[in-house]
Amino acid sequence: MTDMLAPAPVRGMLRFERIAPVLLVVAALLVYAAVAVSTRQPQYLTVDNFIQILARSIALGITAVGQTFVILLASIDLSVANLISAAAVLASVIMAGQPSMIVPAIAAVLVLGLVVGVVNGLVVARLGVNPLIATLGMAFIIQGCLSAFVNNFAGSVPEEFQAFAYGQVGPVPWSLVFLTALAVIAWFVLRFTKFGSDIYAVGGNPDAARVAGIKTWRVILAGHVICSLTAVIAGLYLASRLRSGAPWIGADGAYDLQSIAVTVIGGTVLSGGRGGIWGTMAGVLIFSLIDAIFNLTGLAAVVGVQGMLRGVIIVAAVAFYAVRSRKIVA
Amino acid sequence: MSNEALTRAAPPSRLRRILGFNPIYAVLVLLVILIALRNPAFLEPTGYMNFLKRVAPIAIAASGQLFVIVAGGFDLSMGAVVTFTVIGASMLIANNADAVYWVIPLLFAIGALVGLINGLVVVYLRVPSLIATLGMMITLGGATLFWSGGAPKGYLPDSFRFFGRYNVPNVPGIAILPISLIVLAGMVALLWWLLHHTNYGRLLLAIGDNPRAAQLAGIPVERVRILAFVISSLSAVTTGILVGGFSGVSPDAGAGYELQAITAAVLGGAQLLGGRGSIPATVAGGATLAAIFTLLNFLGLPNPVRSVVQGLILIGAVALAMYRRKRTGQ
Amino acid sequence: MKRLLLVASMLAAVMGIGQATAQSPNFDDPAELAKQKAELTAAPTNPNDPIYLQYLGKDMADTAKYKKAGPWTICFSNAAVDNPWRVVGFKNMQAQVAVDKDKIKDFIVTDAGGSDDKQIADINDMLTGGKCDILLIAPNTTAALTPAVEKACAVLPVIVFDRGVTTKCPVTFLHPVGGYGFGIAAAQFIADNVPKGGNVLALRILPGVDVLETRFSAAKHIFQDAGLNLVGAEFTGGDNAKTKSIVEDYIQKGKLDAVFMDAGATSVAAIEAFEDQGLPVPVITGEDQQDFLQKWKADKIKAIAPTYPNFQWRTAIIAAERVLSGEAIPGPEWVLPQPSITADTLDKYINTSMPPLHYAMCGCEDFPDYPARWK
Repeated sequence: MTDMLAPAPVRGMLRFERIAPVLLVVAALLVYAAVAVSTRQPQYLTVDNFIQILARSIALGITAVGQTFVILLASIDLSVANLISAAAVLASVIMAGQPSMIVPAIAAVLVLGLVVGVVNGLVVARLGVNPLIATLGMAFIIQGCLSAFVNNFAGSVPEEFQAFAYGQVGPVPWSLVFLTALAVIAWFVLRFTKFGSDIYAVGGNPDAARVAGIKTWRVILAGHVICSLTAVIAGLYLASRLRSGAPWIGADGAYDLQSIAVTVIGGTVLSGGRGGIWGTMAGVLIFSLIDAIFNLTGLAAVVGVQGMLRGVIIVAAVAFYAVRSRKIVA
Repeated sequence: MSNEALTRAAPPSRLRRILGFNPIYAVLVLLVILIALRNPAFLEPTGYMNFLKRVAPIAIAASGQLFVIVAGGFDLSMGAVVTFTVIGASMLIANNADAVYWVIPLLFAIGALVGLINGLVVVYLRVPSLIATLGMMITLGGATLFWSGGAPKGYLPDSFRFFGRYNVPNVPGIAILPISLIVLAGMVALLWWLLHHTNYGRLLLAIGDNPRAAQLAGIPVERVRILAFVISSLSAVTTGILVGGFSGVSPDAGAGYELQAITAAVLGGAQLLGGRGSIPATVAGGATLAAIFTLLNFLGLPNPVRSVVQGLILIGAVALAMYRRKRTGQ
Repeated sequence: MKRLLLVASMLAAVMGIGQATAQSPNFDDPAELAKQKAELTAAPTNPNDPIYLQYLGKDMADTAKYKKAGPWTICFSNAAVDNPWRVVGFKNMQAQVAVDKDKIKDFIVTDAGGSDDKQIADINDMLTGGKCDILLIAPNTTAALTPAVEKACAVLPVIVFDRGVTTKCPVTFLHPVGGYGFGIAAAQFIADNVPKGGNVLALRILPGVDVLETRFSAAKHIFQDAGLNLVGAEFTGGDNAKTKSIVEDYIQKGKLDAVFMDAGATSVAAIEAFEDQGLPVPVITGEDQQDFLQKWKADKIKAIAPTYPNFQWRTAIIAAERVLSGEAIPGPEWVLPQPSITADTLDKYINTSMPPLHYAMCGCEDFPDYPARWK
């Protein structure tokens, strides 16, 4: 229901929201540089090292692209972590170390993503179940299916496929190129296609979108499918990087909460309709920089400090934009 | 939205009455019957009292969470508060049994402070509660880890564990009366009165139902919502005392309580994003969760099946609630 | 509705294909089982050294080529400090570094927070830093960290401890006897103390963790050979409340003669479950945590505490120092002894002034700052 009586957003604020993620990234970069210099470790300020920082969070980045679509639709997806594990395990089990099985494995994994995305989308859009609950339930179901594979690492990934994670194009890892291409495609879809503008419409004001003739349930379904597909691709990447799939890699990386956090830090609002891909990528970069800064300062040796600072940073980053809004927040 | 309500014919009144009755009570009774059939010892006082002892922590947590849900938000920091309570108690009491008398009030005070911070961040910094409480969860978890160095320092003395572990013996009729049941009854009565029989509760429900209208009507939205977060955290501290009492000190005693609390509230028919919820139904939701766990234990079903069952029940319960709402127009 | 069914069946089909082609990696290796059984009772090659320096077997690695003038910079990539065993172990390590501070100019640590992906990135970070003279790695999981370890081996000496990796390039892999050994010690005690046909409940922390799977696998063999009845194998997630609830439910289902635990973290909760019902505690296995040892003595239970000693964390630092001095160390594997605490030796290890989750077999009593650092 439109809130006709809410104050209209100030024009200046819209522009601020666009540049806010950039400001945050710049701030993080400055802190990183400052720490590197003050701890006398300038070897960390090279281009090579910077590329390594970008490449730190490929799996998170891929997942976050999909999560952005879903959050733009005022939905959310908590099943991505377990789905990543499932995809990694499935891929590595089917490949079983043989290069000839790479393509069937990728196909099977994409089908898995499609199926999970469709189920999520249907439960949210047709049954009307709150997306938090729907995807949480799906996470449990996937976890149950995964527990049937109680073993450690199942199957293995042939060397040819490991090139996905370890291969380089010049000085740049191939996986980073892939992530950038994925982000560009996503940005293009959101900015220049009808589907993209439908997403913003449905997320921002579902009733108006319906009245305008958009089949909202289809858009929501598509959004969830995209999210699940990116999750399984992230699973493929991790299988390649870790040389095998294991039932806990998704949970270990906390990809569900982290992908939501980076998306929100990047300026995409949980209530839908505002935000975009580049903000999310900025969020991913900020998280990578935080990790790198922690390593530089040796804070890792002190138990618990990383957690304390991370939580505060997440809230502060989101407050950075949110505080200027005048809407009531859930 | 309003057009639909006018043109849809009212369902026959008998169907309406059946659907209007909250199904969670029926589900709970059914589960208890199934448990008793599988294991007749359940009907002995030792059987059902043990069960109720397990229900107490989750029911209290869920009831506190309900206040935040009814106002339209989520409190993901409950688990971290429970863990903090258990570990904090072990650190502060430092094996000195008399310290309990000032430690417990201090823990409540810190819990209230956590809730206050959550509330302030949501209301004044306009950070969505999902993110704000997620940040608190990570920060408080890190702080707890930092304080304890990763391993709790002291044993919890019997004076502390009294609440969660001790049973009053030789009670006529029911043989034993666990103290935690008395705590449960007291907390639930207090929260029930607060939500359903005070002006505060009415204001909270109004805010959840339509925040904008509430604001325009002059309701002090900020104060009401902040208080909801404080109540939620205080309930989490109570849960922590019971959990620490029942099972002793451990480094991650509270893990997962926030999701369990939300699940229990949802099972009891609470409406996510606000406006509707009932304390008795939420308690029944918590009991149902514990009953599912117990039944699955007795049935000896393998772990994978349990996770899948949990996921299906979660989705099913909410889908059913949505269906009920649509059909009865509530 | 029909669409939903179609979708659900597709999901099931996909999962089914996966399961059909699944190969289970080996947690049931009879050769390794026999080897560890022998090592449990083998005498160390250097019995006069303190326990954290002893090794089984005779193979040594030549480290002359790594000799470097001190003081050194030691780098350590830690998988996590997310459980008390690792916390105490890390404290042992820091204490050793403090004692040797004239030999060690810098001790650089990264913490992967339990994520393989992050640990790989952490190791890369440390290699980029270029300051490490030697790299110690406690891998999060075996197969995943292998490429990162191989990359590191090319550049500097590497010592791996606790969990291993599937490459022989490190100077040595430092570890106690192993998971099969732990399981054997626990299960054999149960077999020796419970008559044939008795009921055993197995409580496990998590599925799929190699160091825990091997423990249970060894135990299963012994229970089978001894004619014991395994009434259940439950996952507790390391949670006290869940453990207590599970044991309570099993008590209601039938008589329990023994409880096997694959780690000691929740052993006290299991004991309390019997206490709270007013029942005698059956034969139970735990680990060297103080709370379990003290409860064992106080309640006069029949129990054993196998250990997976965390003195290996300090051994890692000493091994690193020896490598950089060119001294030979056991390699390609340094197998540390893995004693169990029995009723005879129990009194030696109990210390009521230490925290409940302190590990008695920490090998840390001879540090100058003991016990303050561990309290």
